[in-house]
Amino acid sequence: MQPAVSSLLVALEKLHAARSGHARPLRRKRHHHLVDEPLVIVPLKLAGEAAAPLGCAVGTDPDDPLLLTVPQPRNRDLQHAFFLELARVVLDYIAARQTETEEVLSHRRDEPPRLRYADAPQILTPNRPALEYLGLLGRLTRFQETEDEVPLLGRWLTFFADRAEYPGSSLALAMTDLLTAQWATGQSELEDANLAMLLAWICPPEGMTGAQAARAAEDPLDFPPAGPATDPEFDNLVLQPAVHGYDRAAAAGDRVALARAEAKIREAVASQLMPTWRLMWKGLERLRALPEAPHCEQRWAADRDRFTGHVDHIAEGGPPQPRHDHAVAAAARLATLERAQGRFEAEQALDDPFVLAELRTLGEAFGGTVVDREPDRTEVSPKGRVLLRPRLTVRTEDPVRIEHDQTYVSPERPRQTARIRQVVDDDSGCLLVLDVISGMGTPKRPAPIPELGETVCYTRAPAQFGGQEFPAPEETPWTHGGPPADLDEPHREPDQ
Amino acid sequence: MNELDTRLAALRGGTPPVNFSARAIAGLTANPGCARRALLDASGADKGLISARVGFPVRFGQSTFALARGRAFEEQIKANGAAQLLALLRERLGLAIEEASYLTLEDVGEHTGREVRAAHTANLLLRAARDPDDAGTLFDHPMLRLTVAGHTAYLEPDLVAFKVGGRFHVVEIKSFAVIDGQVDSEQVTAAARQAAVYVLALRELLADHDLDPEIVSHEVLLVTPANFANTPVVSVLDVRKQLAAIRRVLARMSHIETLLEDLPEGVTFDLAPDAEGNPTRDPAELSAALHQVPARYRPGCRAHCELAAFCREEARRDDSLDVFGPALSGLLGGVDTVSAALSLADGSRRPAEEEADIARALRHAESLRCSLP
Repeated sequence: MQPAVSSLLVALEKLHAARSGHARPLRRKRHHHLVDEPLVIVPLKLAGEAAAPLGCAVGTDPDDPLLLTVPQPRNRDLQHAFFLELARVVLDYIAARQTETEEVLSHRRDEPPRLRYADAPQILTPNRPALEYLGLLGRLTRFQETEDEVPLLGRWLTFFADRAEYPGSSLALAMTDLLTAQWATGQSELEDANLAMLLAWICPPEGMTGAQAARAAEDPLDFPPAGPATDPEFDNLVLQPAVHGYDRAAAAGDRVALARAEAKIREAVASQLMPTWRLMWKGLERLRALPEAPHCEQRWAADRDRFTGHVDHIAEGGPPQPRHDHAVAAAARLATLERAQGRFEAEQALDDPFVLAELRTLGEAFGGTVVDREPDRTEVSPKGRVLLRPRLTVRTEDPVRIEHDQTYVSPERPRQTARIRQVVDDDSGCLLVLDVISGMGTPKRPAPIPELGETVCYTRAPAQFGGQEFPAPEETPWTHGGPPADLDEPHREPDQ
Repeated sequence: MNELDTRLAALRGGTPPVNFSARAIAGLTANPGCARRALLDASGADKGLISARVGFPVRFGQSTFALARGRAFEEQIKANGAAQLLALLRERLGLAIEEASYLTLEDVGEHTGREVRAAHTANLLLRAARDPDDAGTLFDHPMLRLTVAGHTAYLEPDLVAFKVGGRFHVVEIKSFAVIDGQVDSEQVTAAARQAAVYVLALRELLADHDLDPEIVSHEVLLVTPANFANTPVVSVLDVRKQLAAIRRVLARMSHIETLLEDLPEGVTFDLAPDAEGNPTRDPAELSAALHQVPARYRPGCRAHCELAAFCREEARRDDSLDVFGPALSGLLGGVDTVSAALSLADGSRRPAEEEADIARALRHAESLRCSLP
């Protein structure tokens, strides 16, 4: 996810939010697909432990969450019972996304069409640490050698946590990320990471400004932290005595007292989970009301491909994700994420005037007026063919960062791409000479290009598939650890 | 007591000075430019009590579960003469295990006062440093001293290892897990800072006794549990960067006179405690005294300073960009307030010469903002 204050445009909106006391809209579209039935998970962990779960609220029905608690989070058997229950919910949810498939035609004529699921799971958590925590639980459980479904749960949680890092993917999302992409508040990024304070700005209670509501929401007594860490005061005053009571009852073998202690812990944990659970659905409602960006469909299709791929991988008896990425896999993954980030940004700019304007302040996109045009201009290719290469001159006041081998595209004419050929500085801005290099048609049948005096915007064209080549694992150079000792170790699947 | 001490004591007033923990000293490096905190800390004032008195009660504190976990892991590491740790150190430092001895410095007979303990620690550590026949020794909970703005701070590292080959190593035991070689970088940074404080204190002790301070290694041994079990692993942390930062901040604290000089006559943070120790100072008056010393608020302050909420309120009142955090202030380089930024953006204020660039960028962004649907 992009940092919250990524441009002067966002900065200005934050200042206006602070000035007015109300959140300000940022993006005009929502750039993540939202399914009709997401699986909301609000996990809590025990303080001081690496991954010991304390409880979670999970489900697809806002009025009926399943509340799971671990009365003594350090007890491995109780932990396992928790994972078993969570596995049942998560795996049932995943199975229910596999009822319908669709045929996808290959780009290559000699390849048969493939099948992919028409639906895919979507996990929603309150914040990014919760997503990372689910990944940690995945790491904890996917190698467990039990006959039940816990290792499978681990593989899926790992899958979701992995996809959550992929820009533009909607398989696993954090509510605070989604909301900060759409609204500017008058508070800092640290405060925006607090779901209660963030939503207070976006939908304050009647009669309150966002700023006032956010102040009230800062009190962890009324608004418990969204997790996965709990409020230390809750730990010390409520949870610790309750867990102590449970331990005493367990040691005494007193069943009645044990049940009573367990109910007490359940109630205590629920008191911390339920406010966040309700906030999750409130946030979701606001997000659903926003128009979805056109490119979402394509990205969601890619998500469904990944989902289908992982279902197949498991069905074929494939191994769980490795503990470490090998050097080559790690480098390939980084390159993939970087490419995905660039593509996601470019697609957002084409779909959303706010993102386009933001990129214009950063010099990565530009807008201006057409002051000259040569629609019939031609060039002769090295092979002697006459090519249509219309030329436009655009006057802009934007601080363009010129990159000559960068391809630009305009939201109005998404099939036509252009390159900057020349830049001439002028008193109040600069003149950009652009050559249209694709989508211009042929000299006999030219496609329309912008008119004189027309206002145009250009942004970086989304990169097509492909990217840097990486060596095969067995050809890893010694500088990067050499070929892996154990070539059977599973590797991450490559980019789609 | 010299003149500086007298002035600092007057600033603090009737409450006893707060002892600096290593964590607090390490925290000083987090926002070293804040004069308000530097003065309060140097005077030994209790920021938590002051903050509560001016209407911002602090909810600092750790979960009892985290504390219990930390204690249990430390006990496990130190059990049986630190058997687990010795095995690990033998691996990492080449410490011959049969030579190792283990000295507990937590109790000194009947006298467990910190001065006595510190003197005892100093004796043993100095003897070890001077001993040419260097047997490997683990010192458990030594008591070290470090001077912070004229006050003696007492510090208690988890362990100090004296290695064959003549170097001291600070050993920091932390209960956060290293999972598949990955650790939470924030926690490691905090541990490194804290350990650097111990390294500094040890080096000063040696230097004060004409011994080479460099025999205290800048490589600190961090002992943490691995993965999801309790098996310890040792990582070596190079704390040179943290050492430099702490030295800088301590040097600044010892030049606290310059901050005091800027202070109007009669300013004090005295809580005026009554016989039971309850503060009686007028909150409005105390607030006014705090406002006399400039702060440098950052949203991150709440992680290490009890006054953070007070300073945030002040920043809001002053229309300061600091409430949004350093990322936004960085983008608006040179502009300090919300109204200054907005008036540059809408062109209602002419920019000063040094504001020309940011004003142009703001006007450009504002024109794009206004043309949005």
